[in-house]
Amino acid sequence: MRSCLYLLLALTGACASAGGTRAAQAPAPAATAPAAPPESSSVARPQYPSTYVRHPAPPVLIRNATIMTATGQEIPNGSIVFKDGRIVAVGAKVEAPADAMVVDGTGRYVTPGLIDDHSHLGVYAAPATDAESDGNEATNPVTAEVWAEHSFWPQDPQIPLAIAGGITTIQALPGSANLIGGRSAILKLIPARTVQEMKFPGARYGLKMACGENPKRVYGRRGGPSTRMGNMAGYRAAFIQAESYRRKWDAWIKDHKGDPPERNLRSESLAEVLRGNIYVQNHCYRADEMAQMLDLAHEFGFKIRSFHHAVESYKIADLLAKEGTSVSVWADWWGFKEEAMDGIQQNAALNQQAGGRPIIHSDDPGGIQRLNQEAAKAMYAGQRSGIAITRDQALRWITVNPAWALGIDSIVGTLEPGKMADVVVWSGDPFSVYSKAVQVYNDGWLAYDRTDPAHQPRTDFELGEVPAPGSDR
Amino acid sequence: MIALLLAQTIAITGGTVYPVSGPKLANASVLIRDGRIVAVGTNVAIPPDATRIDAAGKWITPGLIDGAGQLGLVEISAVPGTREATVQGDTIAAAFNVAEGINPASTLIPVTRIEGITTALAVPTGNLVSGQAVLIDLDGATIEQMLVKSPVGIVADLSERAKDNAGGSRAAVADRLRAAFRDALEYERRKVDFGRAQMRPLSASAQDLEALLPMLHGRVSLIAYANRRSDIETALRLAKEFKVKLILAGAAEGWQIAAAIAAAGVPVLVEPLNNIPGYDALGVRYANAAVLAKAGVNVALLETDTHKTRNLRQQAGNAVSYGMTWDQALRAVTLAPAEIFGVADRYGSLEPGKVANVVVWSGDPFEFTTGVEHVLIRGKDIPLTSRQTELFERYKKLPPSY
Repeated sequence: MRSCLYLLLALTGACASAGGTRAAQAPAPAATAPAAPPESSSVARPQYPSTYVRHPAPPVLIRNATIMTATGQEIPNGSIVFKDGRIVAVGAKVEAPADAMVVDGTGRYVTPGLIDDHSHLGVYAAPATDAESDGNEATNPVTAEVWAEHSFWPQDPQIPLAIAGGITTIQALPGSANLIGGRSAILKLIPARTVQEMKFPGARYGLKMACGENPKRVYGRRGGPSTRMGNMAGYRAAFIQAESYRRKWDAWIKDHKGDPPERNLRSESLAEVLRGNIYVQNHCYRADEMAQMLDLAHEFGFKIRSFHHAVESYKIADLLAKEGTSVSVWADWWGFKEEAMDGIQQNAALNQQAGGRPIIHSDDPGGIQRLNQEAAKAMYAGQRSGIAITRDQALRWITVNPAWALGIDSIVGTLEPGKMADVVVWSGDPFSVYSKAVQVYNDGWLAYDRTDPAHQPRTDFELGEVPAPGSDR
Repeated sequence: MIALLLAQTIAITGGTVYPVSGPKLANASVLIRDGRIVAVGTNVAIPPDATRIDAAGKWITPGLIDGAGQLGLVEISAVPGTREATVQGDTIAAAFNVAEGINPASTLIPVTRIEGITTALAVPTGNLVSGQAVLIDLDGATIEQMLVKSPVGIVADLSERAKDNAGGSRAAVADRLRAAFRDALEYERRKVDFGRAQMRPLSASAQDLEALLPMLHGRVSLIAYANRRSDIETALRLAKEFKVKLILAGAAEGWQIAAAIAAAGVPVLVEPLNNIPGYDALGVRYANAAVLAKAGVNVALLETDTHKTRNLRQQAGNAVSYGMTWDQALRAVTLAPAEIFGVADRYGSLEPGKVANVVVWSGDPFEFTTGVEHVLIRGKDIPLTSRQTELFERYKKLPPSY
């Protein structure tokens, strides 16, 4: 049902765009509603809060650009205005505040800030030494108690590179060694001293789970699981514990009688999944295994928000669309292990065709710098095979669809009045190999400008290097 | 009679031809007979018996050549049984020629060639001297049919990853290589003494020392992987000391000494999309290929990940984005690698007499919009199918029929 609703909404958007390119004026920017309900916290203590504060910035008017809204519209010679971190107006004609900084967008394209829902920036930082390897707590197959934000290193030199690629939000995930690898962190991708300053305000946590070869390989000779059936038994055992934990806490929360149950961080994360407050982000390659994981989710009554990598998702695209589970895929990765052998270039397109919700993710510090190119490859591969993927759909693969997977699509992912001003100005069509992000605005603040060294953040790590001539790293 | 039956004439007509060896030709044709190009131009007489490929509105280029990878030498990266590029237990593995490890039936070969890559350097990895690299065409039922040149070069590793094979220091890497090269020359001078065991122990097996000799006599190249500036300089120093024909590979910080590399006349194999800093090359950056090319270095491009060799054209497009001219980038995936690998008499451009590795594209080969329309390898029009296209056909409508 969810996918039908989604499809209906997408179609409505497309119909609206047919009416022309009138300017949409925003109501007064309202305070952002929290993306997620507060967790049914087991305790009253503060839970590692976000200290994110929007950088002050003047209002901005970008004009004469092609505006790709990710809501079905591509507005030639369009303009966009944002102020105080909110998009105020998008359209062919807009009114801008008198004090707006004016950016000439002639020949340029404007898109929402790109969102990568599968990144290991900060947890597998560069340089890739053992000392910087903080992504897999590979000491137990179930480590729902670990949080990626506690590993995240804000001085990872890969961060500015990703910003220069037009990325404004990431999900930093634990690795895939474990059946249940821990909580993810949803982060605004900006230079910062602490991860708390990057935490997307109000965003719920994700929970990383992993199928298949990786847990088997890591634990096969360390007490298991050593088989795929062992993997399944491992997830089930963990969620059975979490069910019991949840019952105890729910009972105590009702009347506060006696001592509260003892906290258990592992079960706490899983109980939040059962309550629907944490979204499951499931690394899974093979079609048959994804079907098993859907059964697992049914058994315990939670939703898998996205299958990540999902190299074989095209084989069960109908099933996934029906379940309302998105797929976070690569454009063309394949063959690096057996469960990745059946990767095809039309994977995203076939999921779109089936009414699903494809996402192009990176899982890679190189790929995150050109998510637009990866989406382009996947779009054209589909089109060349006779699947009528639109440019808007492909843009959604790297903007509002990943925003949905993270539960923040009401705040970011499209260029619409009232949304957070995460905006990228491209040198040309973002689906061309020759185009680059020229300006990246994060919450209305100029986080990167390819033409201005004053807006090209460098991490501490990079200081003291042989300087690169010009701005391109 | 058999030869006559096999004789085939193909005419690719009316496209925009990028010969690489010369300026582009609008509304031109490429005539192919028996696997060779026989004519290229705007005024080519098309024999009546020729099979015609109408290329109106299309772009025609030489087949792309990947600068270094493991095509044919790996099927599934995580399955050791399918990996053939590294020989264990021989740090100076000069005699290890990868040719007989190549699997002509590898599924990677059709996957790669239908994206316009027709030729690739298959390179051994690991150790200090990894072995001998060979150039292959991506078509053929047997290894012999695929081989273009064997060996192209002896591969040595001067990057960070090689240190463990030399006790853990870069200085020892250089010394071990120097010792092996000297011992090879001494072995050559004193083969009789060696046979009588009247020599001190040498730093490698006789077989490996013997295999170094063609390289030390300049008949085969030394392909040296080095990324840090000082490692590149060590490779240049070694090449000068032993007067060997050097090809640099990787060369992530090469841009810092582009003029010196150009002055030494040393070509470079570069992966353009490489900018993640590590201690092997903190100065790695996207503009590397462009800076080197601008300094006059003969640059060929490569895609490190063999399963993604098909993305060589994305690499080339990004090289343009970061400063190469479009013509330089096309050259860097065609004629430049052919020159660097010593096969420019047969490969790398569209000229009469050359092997007919030709690609017909729907547009600019580097753009994502562009599809491959025809791939000819040695004059054979390759079917545009692979295991992946078969998977797509099976699952494009669900449920599939098995």
